[in-house]
Amino acid sequence: MSSARAGTTPWLLAAPGALLFTALVLVPLVLTFVLSFHVYDTASGVKDETTLAHYATILTDSYFLNIFWRTLRLAALTTMLCATIGAPEAYILSRMGEPWRSIFLLAIIGPLLVSVVVRAFGWSMLLGPTGLVNEVFRALGLGTVKILYTETAIVIALVHVMLPFMVIPVWTSLQKLDPMVEAAAWTLGASRFTALRRVVLPQVTTGLLSGSLVVFGLSASAFAIPALLGGRRLKMAATLVYDEYMHELNWPLGAAIAILVLVINLVIMLAYQRVVEARARRTLG
Amino acid sequence: MGFLTLDGLTKRYGEAAAVSDVSLGVAKGEFISLLGPSGCGKTTTLQMIAGLVEPSAGRITLDGRDITHEKPDRRGLGIVFQSYALFPHMTVAQNVSFGLEMRKVPRAERDTRVKQALALVQLAALADRYPRQLSGGQRQRVAVARALVIDPPVLLLDEPLSNLDAKLREEMQFELRGIQRRVGTTTIMVTHDQSEALSMSDRVVVMEQGRIMQVDAPYRLYESPATPFISTFVGKMNRLPGVWRQGGIEAGGRLLPCDGAGLAEGAAAVLAIRPEKIGLTAPGGGVIDGCIKARFFLGSAWFFTVETSAGLVGVSLPNAGAEPACEGEAVGLAWSSASAKAGRPEGVLSA
Ligand SMILES: Nc1ncnc2c1ncn2[C@@H]1O[C@H](COP(=O)(O)OP(=O)(O)O)[C@@H](O)[C@H]1O
Ligand SMILES: [Mg+2]
Repeated sequence: MSSARAGTTPWLLAAPGALLFTALVLVPLVLTFVLSFHVYDTASGVKDETTLAHYATILTDSYFLNIFWRTLRLAALTTMLCATIGAPEAYILSRMGEPWRSIFLLAIIGPLLVSVVVRAFGWSMLLGPTGLVNEVFRALGLGTVKILYTETAIVIALVHVMLPFMVIPVWTSLQKLDPMVEAAAWTLGASRFTALRRVVLPQVTTGLLSGSLVVFGLSASAFAIPALLGGRRLKMAATLVYDEYMHELNWPLGAAIAILVLVINLVIMLAYQRVVEARARRTLG
Repeated sequence: MGFLTLDGLTKRYGEAAAVSDVSLGVAKGEFISLLGPSGCGKTTTLQMIAGLVEPSAGRITLDGRDITHEKPDRRGLGIVFQSYALFPHMTVAQNVSFGLEMRKVPRAERDTRVKQALALVQLAALADRYPRQLSGGQRQRVAVARALVIDPPVLLLDEPLSNLDAKLREEMQFELRGIQRRVGTTTIMVTHDQSEALSMSDRVVVMEQGRIMQVDAPYRLYESPATPFISTFVGKMNRLPGVWRQGGIEAGGRLLPCDGAGLAEGAAAVLAIRPEKIGLTAPGGGVIDGCIKARFFLGSAWFFTVETSAGLVGVSLPNAGAEPACEGEAVGLAWSSASAKAGRPEGVLSA
């Protein structure tokens, strides 16, 4: 009796989540996948015939390839910047005393409570031709610099939005490190920098790598920031899909792009995850 | 002037002083213990020597060189932390090798010295393990090897044995002392365990509330504790209050013989005697009579609590192989007047 219950209970407990996941993720994904093989005709819309033409178009047209390449490039750049800013930030945070630690942690996590759209608008006001940044540049005699609607604007805003996803995992792995381990390295003759590089950094690589995974995935599929800060001409994968659906009305092509982006993202993240896990097994056991 | 000297060393955190005016000279090759209850400032003192805590006042000199404000990586001291603080992502050999790498010792020499250090602590077979694959005692020995391999002028140990179980701790006490004798490194060990301090050190420094209370060889510390606090912190001590009369202390209607130089007739005084200096006799055969309230078997000894008219008295007898007096039995307590000392209440006990 009780063993039978033990057999079904996990399934029952998992059922609501599984149903939700199936209804909201799997079904639309399958529909999108099927749609991406349908023929599209400007005159009559989506037809009931199947074709591989959309995939062929995407993979041969330099317009699409450029956007894919930009997406990967900006996501990788954002990830690298987040790592170089976020890791020291997390280290300083972990060495802070109360109450400053809590205050700064709140300052880092706080922005997550504000909608990405609002934050993107904030950046567009700051970076625009008459924004605060250009006012300062003019005051310094540097003239007006075009930042808004460039890749720079997208990366600045992406880094700002993604930073918490880097700081938090790194901070968590620093919490597990005995501060005396770093002191031990000093007493053995290591300078502060050497101790950080040889002793602290290897301990936080797992946090750094898993943070990178999240930041890369979220950046590569970001929509609001490239849409608002990249303008009409500077597209990334997510804004491209939106365009195909809403402006060109070529749903099958949009679906094919979405599937390709998903596959590329998945391949990169799985490969990365392999590296992360191998590394974690080596250092932490 | 010692090899390592502390001169008026003080550390204040805000208003409170963690360490006040600690002065100490350590001779080359000496094994010194800092002994005191938790929170008395032992770790703070050790970390000031190591350079991990900046002193508020005072001076530290090592072999004539003032190192008070030198960075920890320039001091070259060997330190074993209470948590061992091994590098978790490095193997045992890599851990031990780290200090040599920092000193830019060539590869071949590094390997031989790591091997020697691991042989010294009997861990040669485990060189390729990671710290997480070791037991507590093995980790402790890796920490010792890591600290010793750099040939430090001074070895600092912060409660190195407190994380080990009782049996292993006893073994490691002998082993650590043996290693120190063989290598001859000047050593300062922090401990709150009085038996550890007594059994391992050349001299024991007793600290209380950030101050040094007494510095003495273990035997002298035990026999002539400078304060009542030390007398009860280091070993057990019976303290019986009474009034000083010629030749002894009057307490519970008896004159208890003891040594009491410098006391005035009729002054309030306290008799102090160690439990192992008291013998049990038949009732009426000793200095005072009493009744055994409790009896504990400790393996090598028996410990009795005896209720007398002068107060509760602890008595320790070596285990001679036969069962001694039982609980509830009436006994007499005997001691020689030389083994008991009288002092003023809360005053200095040593003659
Ligand atoms: N960083 C610190 N800030 C404030 N007080 C401290 C700090 N470190 C130690 N103390 C205080 O100094 C005293 C001595 O501490 P410590 O040297 O660690 O004692 P022990 O090692 O003898 O147990 C304690 O009362 C402790 O609370
Ligand atoms: Mg301590």
